[in-house]
Amino acid sequence: MVFLQIAAKDLRSELRTKESLNASLSFAVVILLLFSFAFDPSSEAVAEFSGGLLWLVFAFAGALILNRSFARELPNDCLEVLIASPVSGAQLFLGKTVASFVLLMTIEVICLPIFGIFYDITWIPQALPLLGIFALGTWGMTILGTLFSALTVNLSLRELMLPMLLYPLMLPALMAAMRLTTILLAGNAIAGNDMVWLRLLIGFDIIFTALSLALVETILVR
Amino acid sequence: MAKNIRLGLGALVGMLLLRNLYVILFNLPDEMEQGPIYRIFYYHLPAFFAAILCYITALVASSMYLIKKNLRYDAIAMSATEVGLAFAAVNLITGMIWGRISWGIWWAWDARLTWALICWLVYFGYLMLRQAIDDPTERAKNSAVLSIFAFVSVAITYKAIEWWRTQHPGPVLSIRTGKQLIDPVMENMLYMNFLALATLAVLMVIIRLNQEEMQRQIDGLRRRAHAI
Repeated sequence: MVFLQIAAKDLRSELRTKESLNASLSFAVVILLLFSFAFDPSSEAVAEFSGGLLWLVFAFAGALILNRSFARELPNDCLEVLIASPVSGAQLFLGKTVASFVLLMTIEVICLPIFGIFYDITWIPQALPLLGIFALGTWGMTILGTLFSALTVNLSLRELMLPMLLYPLMLPALMAAMRLTTILLAGNAIAGNDMVWLRLLIGFDIIFTALSLALVETILVR
Repeated sequence: MAKNIRLGLGALVGMLLLRNLYVILFNLPDEMEQGPIYRIFYYHLPAFFAAILCYITALVASSMYLIKKNLRYDAIAMSATEVGLAFAAVNLITGMIWGRISWGIWWAWDARLTWALICWLVYFGYLMLRQAIDDPTERAKNSAVLSIFAFVSVAITYKAIEWWRTQHPGPVLSIRTGKQLIDPVMENMLYMNFLALATLAVLMVIIRLNQEEMQRQIDGLRRRAHAI
């Protein structure tokens, strides 16, 4: 359970500085505001692509948090020490993923009511299934994102490279999460043909969690 | 010797491409519904298969690099990805021209078009990542991991995007559908041009590999010169 200690360490240092949490939350709110100029926010049609909007906000906010995940360890060569410590690469990676997951989920839970108010979307009756979809989609995003954060941590262009690599690769999870969120926000239950998206999302999470845990050691060891 | 093989392969590809172009333009009849524009298909589909072949080569070479840690596999993966991107671009552009004539629009957000674009962006990201890393071992290791992730992700996306939207014409080859949907003469021509483009892809990968090898030798010499 060493990964929980790593996650706790990351969360503690984030809560003390709040640098990526504040930046990413205010960024998310700014994007929610910008959307209102891209289309008529009071139109009925908003409900039809509400899931897409919400997940775009999460994806943008997520990139900010994920960028910091490994970059946070760069000052004072903390990353080298963490790698040299007896903690295995998989544990370190899992801990960092859990920390980013908690941070991103926090932002999503704050954004959802704001989104509901701005665009007149009723979400309270579907709150629990929505949280479930958020958790699955966010896990897919953080597991891939944390791996790419490790891949790009030493690059001077890492702020650019991470979203550039992450967004196209996490598309299956993003598509599924968007579709399922739209269904739930329209007040419907996930059933019948839509189950395929739920299965896709779960499958994506499992495949990439396994693949990342298997390959992360090779990335971290220099 | 190696140079002769490249030259021979080049001559073979050149002749094959010319011969195919002649047959496509002058010997084959127009298609019943689409007219002459269907001929672009002889480049569209084979280019797609050649690109897929390159991506699979890149996946295998990347996995081999992670197992054997031999930089030669990294060079193969890089060359195959670059050539694959070129063929994927041919596939995308010919498809767009066909779409303009048949559908009336350059780009439809159809499943396979979107997928091909995603594929292109993912592998372009791979090349960008390579460019951003200076150390050869670090670059080889990180891009090998990315290549494996890229392949798995685009494989999943292929199915997912089909559920999302489809407008692209369905499969026509008899080996895929089990039925003879197109004239056997036309289908044979597709295979012939696939042979030509696939050989061209192999030749391009070999040339690129050779360049990479020379680059490494130059770098080595430069380091030695600095040491002296």
